[in-house]
Amino acid sequence: MSDLGFTPDEMMTVAAARALGNEDVCFVGIGAPSAACNVARLTHAPDITLIYESGTIGTKPSVLPLSIGDGELCETATTTVSVPEMFRYWLQGGRITIGFLGAAQLDRFGNINTTVIGDYEHPKTRLPGGGGAPEIASSCGEIFITMKQSKRGLVEKIDFFTSFGHGTGGDDREKLGITTKGPTLLITDLAIWKPDPVTKEFTVVSLHKGVTRDQVQETCGWTVKFADTLEETPEPTEEELKTLRDLKARTAAAHGQTGEAA
Amino acid sequence: MPAFLSLSEAVRDNLHDGDTVAFEGFTHLIPHAAAHEAIRQGFKDLTLVRMTPDLVYDQMVGMGMAKKLIFSYAGNPGVGLLRRVRDAIENGWPNRPEIEEHSHAAMANAYEAGASGLPLAVFRGYKGADLAKVNPNIRSITCPFTGEELAAIPSVRPDVTFVHAQKANKAGDVLVEGIIGIQKEAVLAARRAVVTVEEIVDDFSDVHPNACVLPHWTIKAIAVVPGGAHPSYAHGYYDRDNASYLAWDKIAADRDAFRAWMEENVLNATPETFATRVANLRKAS
Repeated sequence: MSDLGFTPDEMMTVAAARALGNEDVCFVGIGAPSAACNVARLTHAPDITLIYESGTIGTKPSVLPLSIGDGELCETATTTVSVPEMFRYWLQGGRITIGFLGAAQLDRFGNINTTVIGDYEHPKTRLPGGGGAPEIASSCGEIFITMKQSKRGLVEKIDFFTSFGHGTGGDDREKLGITTKGPTLLITDLAIWKPDPVTKEFTVVSLHKGVTRDQVQETCGWTVKFADTLEETPEPTEEELKTLRDLKARTAAAHGQTGEAA
Repeated sequence: MPAFLSLSEAVRDNLHDGDTVAFEGFTHLIPHAAAHEAIRQGFKDLTLVRMTPDLVYDQMVGMGMAKKLIFSYAGNPGVGLLRRVRDAIENGWPNRPEIEEHSHAAMANAYEAGASGLPLAVFRGYKGADLAKVNPNIRSITCPFTGEELAAIPSVRPDVTFVHAQKANKAGDVLVEGIIGIQKEAVLAARRAVVTVEEIVDDFSDVHPNACVLPHWTIKAIAVVPGGAHPSYAHGYYDRDNASYLAWDKIAADRDAFRAWMEENVLNATPETFATRVANLRKAS
């Protein structure tokens, strides 16, 4: 931990949580998005509707699920629907305001690759693939992305378009007949980024406390654009940090259990 | 009326070399015991269909049983990559299966279309997605009413589907509860369906009128295998063994470690061992 009293990872999760509100209906990706969504629910947005693609609607887990289908998601949900219903009525039907995704590779226009590193037919690394993401990216009202910065992750050119963001920028989404907003927010461990209103290129609008422009550039594979008036992300409050750390501690304890009888 | 059989009989009677087979379960109720029985019986040239081909498909691919994979997310949920599947795709070990890759929305729609007796699934998807460039089964269709271009893919119709469920009654009706995933569609899309269950009860007089029940005449065979979903879970019976999913990442990372684990835990094991594996995961009652 740095002398700031919180880690970059904690800052990222808290900043992402703050972007969510009580009225949101949020399709939650596993990992960093899941932590952020549940911190939001446990702090300022107790009435947020969290949806996981396993069919659980309005779920309120006390620990972070390891998978998108852990039992507690169902036990605490308002209702649990089948997977076809989830993707047809709820996602395709336009009921979901925010899709919250992570990425293995991301480009400056919010296009995401979680399929392969290298060539598709002969990949250097075969990643899990898109799962729900291709349609989450096009059917949710807007998309938030959260990931740690690195030159391997934030790249000039992604190897595979798993999920379409803003394409090559501008009105590429409209040209494809996509009517939703696409990526509107990127939260990393160093900064908050928003797309330029015209070019749609992600632009740094706020640096987290103690972070420099150079650090953002050094961990990004493209030449970073910074907003004219750059803000500083307010540091996590005591309540936010406590909520996040308690959640992580409960999660670690819960996932450590073993199955074999002694 | 389905046949109530031992797991080995149920698998032997319904699975054949070269079949298109779905071992379905969306994180929950994954039919691990049935898949392990299929591994013990050594089937070959299978087309394995599954939305989320996690550990069991990693195991079947690593044992060289797969000719083709049809899937939408080949990961170890919440842990990372499937290392046997990776080794097969990247290095051709022990063979290089053909892959047909989709999104979850596509696969869910394709199962539903299969259950509906339709030749294709139509949905709004794959917009701007590169999968449409590498999978020739992803095409488009124009809505005759609005002119909107929609995605179209073939329906999924497995020769046989295996699922795990909480319980059957004596008549052979099957109850699925909790995250029902794609269980119903996968059963109804298949020519034959085999179900493993935690237990058999006299009747379903106490279940909710809208519960997810598969009538007995939709199922070919039922085998009772307590713990048969482990390390997945059975809602109301035992929890997901997250530690086993984490441990698998190490086992599957090495070919020799994988083979040794399979020898000990699958090839030389029996369906009865599943009950032991979930003993500590059962909810205190």
